[in-house]
Amino acid sequence: MSDIKNIRDQFVSKLKNDLSLEEINIIKTELFGKNGQISSLFKTIGSIPEIERKKFASDLNQVKDELQNLITNKINEIDGKKINEKLEKEKIDISLPERPFVRGKVHPVSQTIDEISSIFSEIGFSVEEGPDVENEYNNFTALNTPDNHPARDMHDTFYLDENKKFLLRTHTSPVQIRTMLKDKPPFKIIAPGRTYRSDSDQTHSPMFHQVEGLHIDKNINMGHLKGCLKYFIKEFFEVEKIKMRFRPSHFPFTEPSAEVDIGYEIKDGKIIIGEGDHWLEILGCGMVHPNVLKNVKVNPAKYQGYAFGIGIDRLAMLKYGINDLRAFFDCDYRWLNHFGFDPLDVPTNYRGLSR
Amino acid sequence: MKITFDWLKDHLTVNSNEASLLEKLTDIGLEVESVENLSEGLDLFKIAKIVKTEKHPNADRLKVCDVDIGKKEIKKVVCGAPNARDGLITVYAPPGAIIPKNKTKLVVAKIRDVTSYGMLCSESELNLSEESDGITELPFSKYNKSIGKSFFTQTNSNLIDLSITPNRPDCLGVRGIARDLAASGFGKLKQEKNKKINSKKPQTIKVKITNEKNQGCFSFGSCLLTNVKNVESPKWLKDKLISIGQKPISAIVDITNYVMIDINRPLHAYDADKIEKGIIVRNSKSGEKFTALDNKNYKLEDGMCVISDDKGVLGLGGIIGGTRSGTEIDTKNVLIESAYFDPRSIRSTAKRLNIDSDAKFRFERGIDQLSIEEGLKKAAFLIKEICGGEISKIDVQKIYKFKNKIIKFDPNSFEKVTGFKISTKDMLYILDKLGFQCKKDKKALKLTIPSWRPDISQEIDIVEELVRISGYDKIKIEEPIKERKKSTLTQTQKLFHFLQRSIASKGYLEAITWSFTDAKYNDHFKGQNKELKIVNPISSELSVLRNSIFSNLIMYMRKNIDRGIKDLSIFEIGPIFYGTQPGQQSTVVSGLVAGKKSRLSWLEKDRNVDVFDIKRDVVQTLVEAGYDSEKFFVDDETPAYYHPGKSGRLFLNRDEESVAAFFGEIHPNIIKQTDLKTESLVGFEIFLDNLKLSNKSLKDQKTKYSVSDYQKSERDFAFIVDKKINVQDLVSVVANVDKNLISNIKVFDIYEGENIPENHKSIAINVTIQSQEKTLDVSDLDKINKLIIKTVENKTGAKIRS
Repeated sequence: MSDIKNIRDQFVSKLKNDLSLEEINIIKTELFGKNGQISSLFKTIGSIPEIERKKFASDLNQVKDELQNLITNKINEIDGKKINEKLEKEKIDISLPERPFVRGKVHPVSQTIDEISSIFSEIGFSVEEGPDVENEYNNFTALNTPDNHPARDMHDTFYLDENKKFLLRTHTSPVQIRTMLKDKPPFKIIAPGRTYRSDSDQTHSPMFHQVEGLHIDKNINMGHLKGCLKYFIKEFFEVEKIKMRFRPSHFPFTEPSAEVDIGYEIKDGKIIIGEGDHWLEILGCGMVHPNVLKNVKVNPAKYQGYAFGIGIDRLAMLKYGINDLRAFFDCDYRWLNHFGFDPLDVPTNYRGLSR
Repeated sequence: MKITFDWLKDHLTVNSNEASLLEKLTDIGLEVESVENLSEGLDLFKIAKIVKTEKHPNADRLKVCDVDIGKKEIKKVVCGAPNARDGLITVYAPPGAIIPKNKTKLVVAKIRDVTSYGMLCSESELNLSEESDGITELPFSKYNKSIGKSFFTQTNSNLIDLSITPNRPDCLGVRGIARDLAASGFGKLKQEKNKKINSKKPQTIKVKITNEKNQGCFSFGSCLLTNVKNVESPKWLKDKLISIGQKPISAIVDITNYVMIDINRPLHAYDADKIEKGIIVRNSKSGEKFTALDNKNYKLEDGMCVISDDKGVLGLGGIIGGTRSGTEIDTKNVLIESAYFDPRSIRSTAKRLNIDSDAKFRFERGIDQLSIEEGLKKAAFLIKEICGGEISKIDVQKIYKFKNKIIKFDPNSFEKVTGFKISTKDMLYILDKLGFQCKKDKKALKLTIPSWRPDISQEIDIVEELVRISGYDKIKIEEPIKERKKSTLTQTQKLFHFLQRSIASKGYLEAITWSFTDAKYNDHFKGQNKELKIVNPISSELSVLRNSIFSNLIMYMRKNIDRGIKDLSIFEIGPIFYGTQPGQQSTVVSGLVAGKKSRLSWLEKDRNVDVFDIKRDVVQTLVEAGYDSEKFFVDDETPAYYHPGKSGRLFLNRDEESVAAFFGEIHPNIIKQTDLKTESLVGFEIFLDNLKLSNKSLKDQKTKYSVSDYQKSERDFAFIVDKKINVQDLVSVVANVDKNLISNIKVFDIYEGENIPENHKSIAINVTIQSQEKTLDVSDLDKINKLIIKTVENKTGAKIRS
């Protein structure tokens, strides 16, 4: 018994010292190695008189556990200390810049087209397209603008051949013609795209973007036209109320025709859409001319409807406060970065057009 | 079309103010472009009398005048006019006044050491006439008692500029505008006085319209005025023309202009004595020449409508007169022409000769065919009144008799188109005011269309008139129904939008550049395409349709690099062209990346952007768009504008014929020729039209989920192969050894040089082997290893590196 106690007291006091891992391992061997003091005592259990044997074994086990625990704790203590020392050394300046990432952007015109498509999608329009190069018939004649008609002067046209048969489309309206020739009524489409006029100054660019709208069915009247455009303008500018005015005008391919103005005011140098005493022209529209319907083999006695054409670049300028039309196509990296949109900002119906 | 409210009042009895006029004009479709106060500041110009003139002490030609400007006030004015003399009544402009001719503002000025307070004005400076040799001379008897009063009659009428749409020639005359206003309830249209010419004198100049094919003149009215004295116009007439920004010239010219503007009836005045033996209206013959009033010589082609006499062409009918027969200040006998020319003929001639004139603008839109006599009478009476002389009978020659169009109008069609109702009574009221003759014919209305409305020919035109005059504000809003019967975008359109945002998400800024480009730049990229010229380009730098997006992108890349931006990625998605017919275009996404990665980074060493950066962008974009990269096949056949050794072409799979994309370094020669200063330039082109559309929706794309939980093992192999063998082929051989067991292959080293035979390279790959059915034991693995080595050696001639 006294052996056990002696060993215990001796080693408990030893383990109280500040020890290195090596020293602990030596102690471990001294106790539990092959010829370690505790191991040796275990070997003697057989020779202990039976009457004392039980107590001896129990005491020995108890001391063994106690010492083992002390050793384990001591090792953990040293390990922890070591790790902490290591981590302390690894400390870095976390204010250093992160690895760079480059953000790409979507052009404001593309974003605006997606917004427009999203709005019209909600009321059942689908998107159609047409080629940039058009023939003279689709761009003018079929749209009730015969040759030698002064209305052609409203469009400064880029021609691709001397006979003026092929040209860069001056508006998106030829998509109306293509759509109606291809399918049967009813039609309910928008057609965004590039358009071209040989005009270049501060407010005109030889290329710009339009979106065409066409809705042909039985009994579609000017009230539907007004309702559709009012809905669009309100949604697009994300305003509750919109001041809008329809003004009689003339386009060869619609009759009656209208131009649409929206009210605005300037507050602190910024343009506020939807209120105020000033008018801003933003689009042209009207009821599709019966001559156009006849040209595409739609019976005007049975079907009628409206069409409109909106300048996309101009809408984008108004909504996002862009002053210069020409900058859209100048490809200045700084401008694209400033006015571009994050590709993750996809305009949708359910989450709204913008964040 | 420029008008004033005052001029409108010649035709309209009205009590409203100008603000409500402007609103009404816009409401009925006569858009007000601008309103300008022309007489602003004109009240400063005073009638004044020179009391005394003295020679300027320091200048021989200048005089110092004491000028009485009324209320006993005398101003000293330095004046260089030879006609400045004591007692002369003239026009004085004080400092602060703006000279109408050159819009300069007067200040108190020292002229050779003598201070001059204002200026004495010539008629030219006041825009009254071309007279600039001396200061204005006002008749003593008429103005002696007006010293100190304003010279210009004060009008409060602003100059209103209207944008008249091409369908409304009638509104190119003040009366037409007045008629529209009256129909909409703005005032009452005044009756025109219908004075008859009671002359017995015949019009002695014979007029003949040849009856030939494509004759552009349908009728030609004329009136001869003899023994006239072409004078300066009276003040009322001058004021009228000045009020709409025109310059008075001489009575006869001013009168023809006045009639044209007042009732949209273009006239032409000839000096009758200069016409050789009568007038012949005929088609021109190629090569005929004449000098027009714009002082230009024109050489005519066949079939242009000319007014001619025995000696040749006098003028182009309805477009421009000639100098040979023009009226001058000493003209004694005047022939006034009032004719009708076919709009199509006018337009085609004017286009061919590139002439624009007031008359042309009106005739090509369509002049009232029944206004010939009215115009002649109006002009003749005014000439007689102002210039004296005698009026002849009116002569009208015609080859075509005008008949008013008649159409039937169903009143119900109005509501069908506009969605709201007005009574038949209101319709009749409006149409009557617009000049229609209406008869009720059972359910329909029988309408005779006024001769001044060539734009009206069918029912819908009548609906437009009625809704325009009733007011667009009456149209009731029909709320749109939120219902979608068809999907908004097609698969192609969805792919377009997807690729656009996918590329942008990889750090590229989207550009939109013009569909045309500089032929110089296009040349680098056009390849086999022929140059697609624009006939009338806006400038020589934008003269061809682009065969590639690169031409514009590289141009703008250079501009941005010149701005000092070193590392940039831009892309564009849009059309490129391979022909000048509709449809000869395709859609491409094209991007360029310039500069370095990790420039000035504290973390890692910088490096140039390279072909594998751009290859990743292409491959990843296609993968995001739903294509399987394991099937992609790349070879090195690329267009000449890529670096021949560092570029590739990608197919969606090995059997595909059309190219999905090109990518690579841009050819160094092009970088040099375009003067692009960058360390590296790489680019790509993805051809949308060549990407097969998946008609599977996302839900169909998800196949059955199956993964293996059996142990996998990895083995490394290094093969020595001929340099020509590419990695793609070797990997493909390995993958095909056993598709069930080989789940992944990674290329981790390419080595050439020491220990490798010449023209050979070492390719090291890591192969993952895993079964779906069991844990592979050593012998299974051994078997597959051996099979891989054997197959690769057989198929590629490679040797395993030991």
